[in-house]
Amino acid sequence: MTLSLLTPAFSVGRNEERCIRCGVCVNQCINQVHHLDEDGFMWVTEKNCVGCHRCAVLCPTQALTITRFPLDFRPNQYWSADSLREIYRQAESGGVLLTGMGNPRPYRSYFDHLLLNASQVTNPSIDPLREPMELTTYLGDHSAGLSEAEKPLLKLEIPVMFSAMSYGAVSLNVQKSLARAAREMVTYWNTGEGGLHDEVKEYADCTIVQVASGRFGVSPDYLNNAAAIEIKIGQGAKPGIGGHLPAEKVSPGVAQTRMIPAWSDAISPAPHHDIYSIEDLAQLIETIKVATDFQKPVAVKVAAVHNISAIASGIVRAGADIVAIDGFRGATGAAPLRIRDNIGIPIEMAIAQVDQRLRDEGIRPKASLVSAGGIRNSADVVKILALGADAVYIGTAALVALGCHLCQTCFTGRCNWGIATTDRQLSKRLNPEIGAMRAINLLKAWEHEIKEMMGGMGINAVDSLRGNRLMLKGIGLEQHELDLLGVSPAGA
Amino acid sequence: MLKLEGDIRIPAGCAIAAVLNRSGQRFDGSTIIASIATMHKRSNGLGGGFAAYGVYPQYRDHYALHIFYDDAGAQQMCERYLMHHFRITEREPVPVRYTRKIARAPLIWRYFALPREDSLSRQQLGEEDFVAAVVMTINSDLGGAYVVSSGRNMAAFKGEGYPEDIGEFFRLEEYQAYLWTAHGRFPTNTPGWWGGAHPFTLLNWSVVHNGEISSYSTNRRYLEMYGYKISLQTDTEVIAYAFDFLMRKEGLSLEDAIDVIAAPFWSKLDRERQARLRRRYASLLLNGPFSIIVATNNGLIAVNDRIKLRPLVAASRNEYLYVASEEAAIRAVAPVLDRTWSPGGGEPVIGLLHNQEGLLEAPSTGLETNARSA
Repeated sequence: MTLSLLTPAFSVGRNEERCIRCGVCVNQCINQVHHLDEDGFMWVTEKNCVGCHRCAVLCPTQALTITRFPLDFRPNQYWSADSLREIYRQAESGGVLLTGMGNPRPYRSYFDHLLLNASQVTNPSIDPLREPMELTTYLGDHSAGLSEAEKPLLKLEIPVMFSAMSYGAVSLNVQKSLARAAREMVTYWNTGEGGLHDEVKEYADCTIVQVASGRFGVSPDYLNNAAAIEIKIGQGAKPGIGGHLPAEKVSPGVAQTRMIPAWSDAISPAPHHDIYSIEDLAQLIETIKVATDFQKPVAVKVAAVHNISAIASGIVRAGADIVAIDGFRGATGAAPLRIRDNIGIPIEMAIAQVDQRLRDEGIRPKASLVSAGGIRNSADVVKILALGADAVYIGTAALVALGCHLCQTCFTGRCNWGIATTDRQLSKRLNPEIGAMRAINLLKAWEHEIKEMMGGMGINAVDSLRGNRLMLKGIGLEQHELDLLGVSPAGA
Repeated sequence: MLKLEGDIRIPAGCAIAAVLNRSGQRFDGSTIIASIATMHKRSNGLGGGFAAYGVYPQYRDHYALHIFYDDAGAQQMCERYLMHHFRITEREPVPVRYTRKIARAPLIWRYFALPREDSLSRQQLGEEDFVAAVVMTINSDLGGAYVVSSGRNMAAFKGEGYPEDIGEFFRLEEYQAYLWTAHGRFPTNTPGWWGGAHPFTLLNWSVVHNGEISSYSTNRRYLEMYGYKISLQTDTEVIAYAFDFLMRKEGLSLEDAIDVIAAPFWSKLDRERQARLRRRYASLLLNGPFSIIVATNNGLIAVNDRIKLRPLVAASRNEYLYVASEEAAIRAVAPVLDRTWSPGGGEPVIGLLHNQEGLLEAPSTGLETNARSA
């Protein structure tokens, strides 16, 4: 092997006066950055550091600092340090660059260019501490007339659900944490495409099970052990390509849940091989509805791509009760870096356009719209609801609540936080009781904030926030962007 | 330059009032003028108006179209359009009394008209949908023409000014009606436009409204999905269309419609039907402060938003039902009352003529059959 031209990404600083040689950092780092020798010397192997902060956070004397490795290239506005480093990596490996989590590139975030309204004088704001403030949301097909039987709906007490994250991509303790939080908060968690482990089957009432192109773990039992079924066509982090759970993450538990041999690659094909067109999707939706006796809503999840409006319209007409759209900020356990960073469109545009398109076609009541990918906080939730979504999925935010520091190396399976790993020892680092508590706290905090913002607008039911674009004003946006979002500029 | 209503959304505070004689005895407009005048300070001179039911018994089967025109050109264009779709039995200017208090009046005409059979069959619409479509087309597409009211045996009189001055201008003491509603407007940002005053009407519906609907955009975008053209950008327009949609198009009872627009809180629902209505019509919940009076030929319903953020008082005396923003407005015209009460949030006051069971005579299909045979 030739000499690597790469320098470490991170630099590990140790304050020798503070370090007590307790060895926590040594034990905590699965990447073996820290080493304590017999003479009491601490050694660091910086090139192994992924910047997950596990050691720095757990160090009892705050002796550690993690900084970016100081290496300034000659200033170049075009060839960034990252673009050089990526070439070094490919020149050494000859492979596709892999990464984890969502698109980090500095594309415009429309969330950050939208401002919310509040009442003054002509309309009283409503104080959520004194008046009821309703976030109850029903997802599904609302089009049945009053004389017909109502279609099955999902009831949410907060319009925030947990995104699909498979057992395998994340540890079982992550799923347990989110399932408990979902039940407590009356919302839903999603199995992802990794099947349903025995230990989370008891959460059926708040579980959405996924049917993806690999069909892992899918059986009549699986479909019926859930509140809803989601057909996953695509994912915001990697539209157009399938999934690959590397063999080293396919532990016996994962293998059993997915119904595949242990320690073998779990490959999800790019398309479903029984869905080559929209009418095929209609058949799969119908099949699943028959298999579940028409008792459960069926969702279809797609990535936000260029002609998402027409795609979403087709999905609704194919019989989906919920359309989940995953924007280009949506995260993943593993994706090729070029795909993650260059494919798809912003979720704000996708939701605004799809909501309007479904209205123009008069079919908006036939399906609920769920926005996934890139929701960072409660203000993002309020804004995307005002643009037209019925609810959101959060993935990254939920994992950050459980401890994730967004080091983007989920695909290695060596997650020091016990999140993106199936290693038994590492998984134990996430206690599902504590994880559930943290996820519940996050949702409760957001719930308070959403209610405060709604009350300020003079709205006391989330029903009246959905699609209420008058509550949004654009700032620093071009006219065509305002038009696409269906909002007017601040000051107008 | 200030933008006109329709170009921009303008919130407004207001006074509202109504008087109904439940046995259908008609009385002139001086009562309702005296009532609304009591609340002079609740409006600011930028809009006042009235709806009157029972005013055209001689043309009870005709659609009475009251139209504002900016100029003779607009009138010519609109009348050509009307002739195309209606047989016009009578056409005349609405009689007015010029006073110094009223300025900038448009040309105000009324037409007693019946839809042309050929036009009706070409459009493949029921008669009422047809008339509604014509009205919406005039209001949104024909510049300089604005339909003030379009119902049968009813009319709306409105304009820029204090309501009592508008009443004097339109000589309302010369009209007899069994149901009057009134409105004094306090818009917060408008040059004053006659079309922007209340009541807002569609077919036999009229709405006067005090409040600001925070759910406006949600309500509006939902109604647009069903073909409603929202041209004025006023909350009142959206409320009128919401009632039209729920009761005429969807065939809901008045009780059900109220459970939609002022839906009880989830925690306070006591009937599964209310929950079903709420789930199905979530986007028609009127959120934010309002008190409204919705009237048809059969009677009226007055209701507050569900946490009562705007005033509303009701009272009765013999055959008369009174509703107003303030009790003083009722006492001014009826010092002795059998009963007065302040309805709770979302709790409707319903006043119907004795021989009527709902705000609409019958489901819309039955109504159309009656109209055709007439």
